[in-house]
Amino acid sequence: MSRETMSTIKASPASFASSRRWLLWSGIAALCAWVLVPIYLVALGALGGRQGVYIWPKTGLPTGISLEPFILFLKTEGVVQSFLNSFGAAGITVALSILLGAPAGYALARYDFRGKDSYRLLVLLTRAFPLAILALPLTVSFIRLGLYDTIIGVGLIHTVLALPFAALVTQGIFLGVPKELEEAAWVFGCTRVQAFFKVVAPLALPGIVATAVFAFVISWNEVFAASVLTVRNRTLTAYLLTVLSESPMHYRFAGGLVLILPSVVFIFAVRRYLFAIWGISSK
Amino acid sequence: MTQNRPWIPYLLILPSVAFLALLFVVPLVQTIWLALSDNGAPSLANAERMVTDINFTRSVRNTFLLTIVVVPVQIAIALAMGTMVSKVGRGRETILWIWTIPLGISDLAAGLVWLSILQNTGYFNSLLFSLGVIGRQASWLSYQTPIALFIAIAVAEIWRGTAIVMVIIVAGLNQVPKEFKEAAEIFGAGPWTRFWRITLPLIRPALQSALILRTVLAFEVFAVVYALGGRNFPVLVGEAYNWQNQNQNYSVAAVYAVLIMIISLAATLIYLKALKVDPERLP
Repeated sequence: MSRETMSTIKASPASFASSRRWLLWSGIAALCAWVLVPIYLVALGALGGRQGVYIWPKTGLPTGISLEPFILFLKTEGVVQSFLNSFGAAGITVALSILLGAPAGYALARYDFRGKDSYRLLVLLTRAFPLAILALPLTVSFIRLGLYDTIIGVGLIHTVLALPFAALVTQGIFLGVPKELEEAAWVFGCTRVQAFFKVVAPLALPGIVATAVFAFVISWNEVFAASVLTVRNRTLTAYLLTVLSESPMHYRFAGGLVLILPSVVFIFAVRRYLFAIWGISSK
Repeated sequence: MTQNRPWIPYLLILPSVAFLALLFVVPLVQTIWLALSDNGAPSLANAERMVTDINFTRSVRNTFLLTIVVVPVQIAIALAMGTMVSKVGRGRETILWIWTIPLGISDLAAGLVWLSILQNTGYFNSLLFSLGVIGRQASWLSYQTPIALFIAIAVAEIWRGTAIVMVIIVAGLNQVPKEFKEAAEIFGAGPWTRFWRITLPLIRPALQSALILRTVLAFEVFAVVYALGGRNFPVLVGEAYNWQNQNQNYSVAAVYAVLIMIISLAATLIYLKALKVDPERLP
């Protein structure tokens, strides 16, 4: 730091600019490391096994790691099943939130109708509520309906979390498809439904896929509602939460890594849409 | 478009309205009734039980302290990230992708990641040991070290939750026209003046929605706390979970839920009032 200020005092504007540049890039590098290093370290913990946990002092270098302890964790009773359950619940969430949310988004984007503002208010209102907590009273009604301790039940409550988001984001996506294209299709004899599926849907598809990925991640990561609403058919987060206190350390790290990997892949897949989507949904 | 068939938009929003009514509004009312009734009659007995519980005061204090510490730090880091990345040309996409990775990470996984770093034989102790700061393994996550545990949880929350704030703020920054900055520069405004007088007021809508989202989520903090400190650090949602699952007392759990909802709504209203967005001044 002191060398930094010294050089800026006596040096020319060019080196002032370059030292600012240096400062900028070291800040960026530090923040990248802040994100990445902890993930690297938990991966080491997951691949280091039982012995790895007790190595002291640790170097942080990838020594003594193998896939074996991680595979052993995957083979533990309940892990694969809960992994599949998580996928199931997330699949239901994706399907429902798109099927229910996209038509609403289309209506908001293309029509003026009475009650539009009230509908938007309802959707925005859900944001001010800690939605997962609404799983608490649902326990009783879900038991009565036979939905308690099922993947469908978890998927339903996760859809409450993802649906408002899906409606708002798809509204933005449909607004981005020029109305003129759709009207041109009508002129050429398409019905409304045909025009939608032949003209609008293909253009909106990438954005809708990105929305679906977000719905997936919302469900995949949700802990509270899933833990409250299941006993035997646990999702991965619910399973890990309940076995946490009696699991050895390296199992906990392996669990953390299993949770992280799929969502990181998905976020990577939609990285180009991240900012457009959040630009829309935060309006 | 709306004259001949005015029912179309209603048909499109109906499924989502019905869904939200069934799984958002009904459980909301159920929660309130469950919380404020006893054996079918209105009663404050459950609220009394909550307030007199030994963990109540601590959980309220802990949750508020965490929110007050975590949310401003997240906003500050996100603003720093947004400002830095706006100065970068090539490599911008990669940097933003790395910074958004925690967006896909659940609070449970974040807790487990930081557990691998902060546990007794973890990397943090190893680092301190090799630097000669500590002579033997120190413990940071026990009930005897409440301040260290608090900092650990705050760090894990900041690590995970900053990404969403950053995405919203970068999306907001992208919408600020370049001309504003250039004009300010021509009139001799320095970087700090530009930031406080031009950028910050212009991204007020983005700041507002980031603050609302993050604050509501911060009051819902649960799994990260559980992963790091078990039950050594009571928070509101954790107490609701314990009353529901361990004590099987759904009513007291519901009172906690109502309390969390009231706090979230109050925070949202405060932000809406304090950061009033003037539509005339938007770019």
